[in-house]
Amino acid sequence: MHDAGKVIPGIIAFVLFVTVPFWTNFGKAAPKPQPEIPKEYKKCVESKEFMRREHMKLLRKWRFDVVRNNMRIYINSEGKPINMSLQNECLRCHSSKKKFCDVCHDYVAAHPYCWNCHIPPEERKGWATKEVKSLTEEASSEQPASHH
Amino acid sequence: MVIDTRVCQKYAPCEDCIHACHHLHNVPQIPYKKHEVKWIWKDEFEHAFPDTAHEYANEVLHGREFLLLCNHCEHPPCVRVCPTQATFKREDGIVMMDMHRCIGCRFCMAACPYGSRSFNWRDPRPFIKNPNPRYPTRMKGVVEKCTFCTERLAEGKLPACAEACKHGAIVVGDLADPNSEINKILREHFTLRRKVHLGTGPSVFYII
Repeated sequence: MHDAGKVIPGIIAFVLFVTVPFWTNFGKAAPKPQPEIPKEYKKCVESKEFMRREHMKLLRKWRFDVVRNNMRIYINSEGKPINMSLQNECLRCHSSKKKFCDVCHDYVAAHPYCWNCHIPPEERKGWATKEVKSLTEEASSEQPASHH
Repeated sequence: MVIDTRVCQKYAPCEDCIHACHHLHNVPQIPYKKHEVKWIWKDEFEHAFPDTAHEYANEVLHGREFLLLCNHCEHPPCVRVCPTQATFKREDGIVMMDMHRCIGCRFCMAACPYGSRSFNWRDPRPFIKNPNPRYPTRMKGVVEKCTFCTERLAEGKLPACAEACKHGAIVVGDLADPNSEINKILREHFTLRRKVHLGTGPSVFYII
């Protein structure tokens, strides 16, 4: 091999550089996420293990049943009827999105788009912070070309 | 749904139904007309019934305002064109929106002959002054419209507009039931529907 003296150390240096994040975090575990469980409620819709593993599938089923099939009551494995609603039922007990949902979602870098529309408890007071006049000016200045 | 426009004219400029609906469903009040979002609104006769209006029309019709909303058509063109089935017709006849599926293509807006659909050109949240925490908002890039208050019907309540009208101008009922109150009203009064010749079968009737 030509220039083996340069190529081989070069490859070693490259591999070391690419794996820097691995070496700097070596032996250190990121803290396990600790979502805040509501104290005053003992039971969720289903068991803790089920909710931990299947909550996204359950919510997807709920959304389908409510919006498309007009079914609004979920009967859980204990036979208890539950109103299928993220905003009005789940968040009734889980009173903080930041301390519950976000803790794990941030940890695993999951970005569900529930909150683009559903109102988390933290934002119930509203968003109309800017003056209407400035918003109008802003809106008219950035109108898309397809308006014409 | 039957709207008695004589009552609306008598109590003009009452807008209780519009306020109730828009507050309950977190409809943003966007002052810039081209970004406007509306579920129920008012317009004049010539705009609501362009195929019926003519220059020699009865004077009573001038100045009378007509409440306009989604007609929940029998053959909804918006449903036919929706590529994701985000808008669909329920078994009970309500034309419903599944906001989770809407991709914002706006085919439905082109298809709807009544202008009942609004597109969210921008994030609506800064324009919602006093949000209803029990109902979601929408996000930028989706189309929205009147859902005939499906969430209230499920609880056995009337649509918000009908409940808010203290003069009883809005009557809601089952057209399929020949003995229903609404069928009785339709038999006893002369009513108009918007753009019937298009064959969409609108389900909102106007007593003139």
